[in-house]
Amino acid sequence: MSTLTPAAPQSTPPGPTALNTGRTPRRGKARMDPTRNNTAAGIAAWLLALLFAVPVLWMILTSFHSETDAATNPPSIAANLTLDAYREFFGETSGVSPWPSLINSATASILSTVLVLLLAFPAAYALSIRPVKKWTDVMFFFLSTKMMPVVAAILPLYLFARTVGALDNIWFLILMYTSMNLPIAVWMMRSFLAEVPEEMLEAAQIDGANLMLILRKVIAPVAMPGIAATALICFIFSWNELLLARVLTGVVAGTAPVFLTGFVSGQGLFLAQVCAAAVVISLPVLFAGFAAQDKLVQGLSLGAVK
Amino acid sequence: MTTATARISRPGHHAATPSRNTRSRERALAWARRAPLLPALIFLILVTQLPFVVTLIISFMNWNSLSPDKTAFAGVENYVTVLTDPDLRQAIFTTILLTVSVVLISLLIGLGLALLLDKKFIGRGLARTLLIAPFLVVPVAAALIWKHALLNPTYGLINGILTWIWSLFGSATAPQLDLLSQAPMMAVILSLVWQWTPFMMLILLAGLQSRPMDTVEAAQMDGATPWAIFRHLTLPHLRQYLELGGLLGAIYIVQNFDAVFTLTAGGLGTANLPYAIYQTFYFANEYGLASAAGVVVVIGTIIVATFALRTVFSLFKKEAAR
Repeated sequence: MSTLTPAAPQSTPPGPTALNTGRTPRRGKARMDPTRNNTAAGIAAWLLALLFAVPVLWMILTSFHSETDAATNPPSIAANLTLDAYREFFGETSGVSPWPSLINSATASILSTVLVLLLAFPAAYALSIRPVKKWTDVMFFFLSTKMMPVVAAILPLYLFARTVGALDNIWFLILMYTSMNLPIAVWMMRSFLAEVPEEMLEAAQIDGANLMLILRKVIAPVAMPGIAATALICFIFSWNELLLARVLTGVVAGTAPVFLTGFVSGQGLFLAQVCAAAVVISLPVLFAGFAAQDKLVQGLSLGAVK
Repeated sequence: MTTATARISRPGHHAATPSRNTRSRERALAWARRAPLLPALIFLILVTQLPFVVTLIISFMNWNSLSPDKTAFAGVENYVTVLTDPDLRQAIFTTILLTVSVVLISLLIGLGLALLLDKKFIGRGLARTLLIAPFLVVPVAAALIWKHALLNPTYGLINGILTWIWSLFGSATAPQLDLLSQAPMMAVILSLVWQWTPFMMLILLAGLQSRPMDTVEAAQMDGATPWAIFRHLTLPHLRQYLELGGLLGAIYIVQNFDAVFTLTAGGLGTANLPYAIYQTFYFANEYGLASAAGVVVVIGTIIVATFALRTVFSLFKKEAAR
């Protein structure tokens, strides 16, 4: 998105000449960089990409196999496809439904993400658009809280939750996930808000635009894709989390990752079912990740890399 | 906030008021700037800093919830235990080994992949998407897949492929691996490297694509070999990206719980500190000891973090200066 803005004026002059001047240096580079080289690199890259994707592809394929076809040596790649494993995962014979845990995960991830955005957006605003004094110090305080491992604070949190009766309560988990993601969200959002051109902000202020109008008309158009990516990344981190959920929740508020660990130890081993479970639980993350793909690097590197 | 700025810039008003008035107005303005920051700041201090202070206090106490009557001040006893107990010492060693090996291996593979993906070839976008996929599998699910679908000694995919390849050459006695029981640490490292390499690749690829192409082209014109270009131009440029990837990765992998918990349940010397602490307070109810181990993790992280912060800061300053 951000690359579109500077490119826009270039596309205004009539097409053909602009396109030609754009292409000539690239053709020159290709001459220096023999295509033979690129083919070799392409083949190597594809082989490695497939190697890395094999576990994921195998997980998906196995999830559509019957249990007997799933557990063979050598593997039965061409076995018949079936939805049995998914039916079993959703509790057809066992009667144990994963839905409560999936709903818990969705609740915890979505609500904590909303809370994170509500807290992080004003903070990022006060760190970029109208920066407070010593704003870099504040930024590094936020980051330092992320560097403290969860295990170093989990016991007091557990004892507190037990004392006030908040164990196995989804709201307590939501608060934990909010604190877990808040520092990274502040960093990501600051980096996205910093992309709003200063001249545009000043111009809007001179025109007497109020804060809401500036937020809607000046900041949102530039920063929105970044804010969306921040939300998606926070969602992913909350959805993936296991340690806090395991310690702080139980039968009522247990999340999908907790269900997954219990599912395996409770049911013995059903390989196709394990794969189906892994696929179902990973789907939201895969969707969120690919939706955020353009801004994933900037987000994950906390805005340090563009 | 906009009204505050407008009022202070009105010149006539300014001259008439004594200095005390302006100062209080400035203070009000400063607080108006700080206000949006406060909810996030206060929330974080309450939920992260306060519990850590409590951890610090508990770490100096002898506190086992199964025998609450023996709760007392213990001095540094818990810390002595953390550093002398063979299991906990092993956990410290495991944490270091796990973090260092996963970070270094995934950085190296990630660098190779980034260099390949930096070139233009058919289906580059799709290859990149396939490479990101491991990072987008829920960690617990990934660990389960590695444990049951890939590494299982009887019907895991890896042994399955070995059997298949050997049968192609007419042999029925393919070598069969059992990493989970023979080299459990390698199994954990393998699955984590698989998950973290895409992360490293993404950061390094972004670094590669931000490198100034004109110097590379000038070097090519002058007849520099690809290796010389990589060694003297690409690598120095990538240095801070390598550091950033390594240190961000380290922060996450030091805290890893999911892979150890799922793949080996901490058995056979794979229990890292997060797992050992979880065991110590959740099952052994040794609150004091668990807290001391937690503090040790924090001290270790602070050491790594000072380097991490310095790297992030140098990139950050460059960006802020633009």
